[in-house]
Order: sequence, then structure tokens, then C-alpha cells
Amino acid sequence: MRSDDVEDVEIRLLLEGVQRIYGYDFRDYADASIKRRLNHWLAESGFDTFSQAQSQLLRERSVFESLLRGITVNVTEMFRDPTFFRAVREQVVPFLKTYPFVKIWHAGCATGEEAYSMAILLNEEGMAGRYRMYATDINEAVLQKAGEGVMPIAEMQRFTRNYQKSGGRASFADYYTARYDRAMLSPALKQHIVFAPHNLATDGEFGEMNLVLCRNVMIYFKPALKERCLRLFDSSLLPGGFLCLGLKESLERRKMGERYEELAAPLRIYRKRYG
Amino acid sequence: MVKSFQAVVVGVSTGGVHALQKLLGGLPAAFPLPILIVQHIGADADGGLAKLLDERCALRVKEADEQDPILPGTAYLAPPNYHLLVEREGFLSLSADPYVSFARPSVDVLFESAAAVFGPGLIGVVLTGANFDGSQGLKTIKKKGGVAIVQDPADAEAPQMPRAAIAATGVDYVVALDGIATLLQKLAARRNTIPHDEKGRDD
Ligand SMILES: C[S@@+](CC[C@H](N)C(=O)[O-])C[C@H]1O[C@@H](n2cnc3c(N)ncnc32)[C@H](O)[C@@H]1O
Repeated sequence: MRSDDVEDVEIRLLLEGVQRIYGYDFRDYADASIKRRLNHWLAESGFDTFSQAQSQLLRERSVFESLLRGITVNVTEMFRDPTFFRAVREQVVPFLKTYPFVKIWHAGCATGEEAYSMAILLNEEGMAGRYRMYATDINEAVLQKAGEGVMPIAEMQRFTRNYQKSGGRASFADYYTARYDRAMLSPALKQHIVFAPHNLATDGEFGEMNLVLCRNVMIYFKPALKERCLRLFDSSLLPGGFLCLGLKESLERRKMGERYEELAAPLRIYRKRYG
Repeated sequence: MVKSFQAVVVGVSTGGVHALQKLLGGLPAAFPLPILIVQHIGADADGGLAKLLDERCALRVKEADEQDPILPGTAYLAPPNYHLLVEREGFLSLSADPYVSFARPSVDVLFESAAAVFGPGLIGVVLTGANFDGSQGLKTIKKKGGVAIVQDPADAEAPQMPRAAIAATGVDYVVALDGIATLLQKLAARRNTIPHDEKGRDD
């Protein structure tokens, strides 16, 4: 047997153990990425093999938590993919404005930048006070950070550029205060965002959403788990509601794709048909 | 034990547009293997390179979408800002993980994930580039019994990447860009002799 095959077996056992003991199910994550991440975690953990790590992993929650942090990659940014946010501003918001109040779900929100970007955008488009956002993630450590709304000041230049490209109407500096090497987002932005833990592999839907965003999360899932998530979003969305995926994710090969029309062609913004 | 090749992976950076035109342009539409490519590219690029190459080459060239099946006679380019990986089930996946070897897409990520799936059935090609991405990946390909081809540094627009690859591992072929398409066709028509430690693996 090749050493990789042994490792594949070890990884399968490890994920099985994690699921049974801690209830977190990573068994349907795409192999290539999760293997990379697990190997990265192993290299830093001090254990030689996954079998060796297993015993402590299943007994000590802190070891599991370090694994969880290693498995979930939380890279994100304000106004990531500016052309996408521009399309939301120009093509989605006009529909949202026809409702007195809208509900929005950010699934896999990481440290919250996507939700904060959306809050800025909606406020600028005159929807302040007319929305509630649910921003969820599997990783509670990042949710904690999301709630704080503090970012490295070094990122602000890039975020400002993104904001401008996305069609921002004000000055990005209006939305944060600089303190030493940190930038603190204006607390007003948080007012209508609820950060909460939610696991797309095991938890249920959020009712009556007008807009669901799940960007750069399902790329890490195997097809079956993707289907599960899409069913979840579909049952959460009102007819006429919008589903936004990452720029490289599409409904093209998906069963439920026919119930959606693509709004902004390459930007993966879909609208659920009525009836 | 003998087995045919299943895929080609290519890593290229500075000078890549020219190098890829030359390499892919030299292959027939019926080239029997899929080709997976990481060309370092700015995060804002728009898929224009795949279109350009597709127009100029007999091979089909496309920017990789997640879950694309890996088909012969097709070259897949990693999209800007995503790593490109190979899944065991025979399709491609993408990841938004942090930069690896200062790059996203990273050649190392593609090479390592492809090596894990194709083992000795993989041919790795490192072309011109002004960094050292790809050298670790090529080492992994060799370790798993695959074949390593590197563009002759003297022939490369930027010699660093080929040089780093040659320094990292035992390379099977060091050739000028002009000769790589022909070499790939020869290899594709042939079978890889699987090294000793791979014996007994039945797939
Ligand atoms: C790359 S980030 C994407 C952040 C943001 N949506 C964006 O596009 O910038 C992926 C996030 O998905 C989360 N995630 C991974 N598996 C999850 C699951 N099963 N349920 C919910 N969130 C998950 C990770 O913790 C991580 O924060």
C-alpha cells in the first residue's frame, strides 16, 4: 500500500471521529482542499501522523478547536469582487426597495466583511433601517471577530479601492475610525446585523429571506453537500428573492437551476422565479 | 508494471502568454491527455487569456470552472484569484485559500493535488517564471513516480522558476520551449514505467 493510501484512511477515520464526538461533519468536504489544510494543521500540531493525533483530538476539545480553525479558511475582504457589489447596487437593490423591509442571510460570513459591505451599500441606497441581516458561520472564533468589526489598518487601502470600484457614493474613511494599527468600523453598521453560528452541513433553513449570499463557501464541498446547501437556500428564499454565489460557482449543473434566472450573467446573481 | 499517462500539469509565470501560445499551439486538437495550467495572473484579470489561447490553438482551452470534468484534448487555466486542484473523482475544484508560494493560483497547489490523484500517471511541466513556485510541486510529482519536464533556463524569458525546479528535484527532461509540445506527444503515446515502490497498486 502507498503511504498516501494510509493517510487517506487516517483522514477518513479522523473526520468520522470528529463527527461522532463533536458533531461537526467534514466528511463531505472536497478531498483536495481539506487534505491540504489537514496536512498543514498536522505539520504545526507536533503530531507525526493523523493516527497519533486522533487520541488527543477526540479527548481534548482544545485540540479539536485548533483543528476546526485549521480546516475552515476564513479569507475575506470588504467589497470582495467590486463588480459583484456594483451589480447588487444597480440591479438587485431596485427590487429590494419595493419591499418595506427585507431579510438577508450571509451564509459562511467569516469575519463579517461581506455583511458590513452590504450594510454600507444598503444605507447608501436609502435602505437604512429597512433590513435585517443574519450573518452565520460554522467557526465561532471568526464570528466573535466579526462582531467586533475591527480590521488591520494596512487593509484599508485595498478595501477603499474595492469600495470605490463597487460604486460607493461616499468616502470609505467615513465608515471607520483609525486607532494605531487598527481600523474600527462604525458601530452604526452593526445595528442590524445578527452574527450567529450555523453549520451548512447539518443545520436547517432561515425563513423568508429576500436575499441569500453564500460566496466562496460551497467551492469546498463535494457535490452532494452543495446540493444540500442549495436546497437549504431555496427553501429559505421567498419567490422573487435573490441568491448570490461566488464568481466561480454556478447553478448551471444544478437541479434547482431551472427555478432561477440569472440576473447579472457572469456575476452569479440568481433570482428565484415566482411559482 | 506499466501504465499510461493520465494528465499534464503546467506551471508558468513571467512570459507565460507567449510560452503557452507556443506550447499549446504545438499540440493537435486530438491530444489524448487533459492539460491543467497555472499561469500567475493578477486578481482582476478577466478570462481573456483562455479565450485568446482557445482562438489561436487547435486544442480546446478554457478557464476552469469548479466541478469541470477533466477531459482529454482540453486545456484548463486556473482562474485569477483561485487555486486550482484535482479531485479524486476526476473533476476540478477551486479554492480561495491564502496565497501559497506567494501566489494564487499557485503552481505548487495544482501540482501537489494532481500528484496525489494521478501518481505516476502525471507529467509536470515548469516553464518560464521569475519566482520559485512549482519547485515543491514538481518534487512531489517525482516522488509519486511522475515525469518532470523543465524549460531550459537558458531558453526561458525568466530563468528563475525553471532553475528552482531543477535545483529541487531530479528532472527527467530539460528542453527548449520549442521542443516541449513534441516531447509531450511522444510521452502521451507511450507508457510510464512505474518505479519499484509502486508495485502491487491495482488501479
Ligand atoms: C473563504 S470564506 C468566505 C467568506 C465570504 N463569504 C467571502 O466570500 O468573502 C469561507 C467561510 O465558510 C465557512 N464555512 C466552512 N464550512 C462551513 C459550514 N459547514 N457551515 C457554515 N460555514 C462554513 C468558513 O468558516 C469560512 O469562514
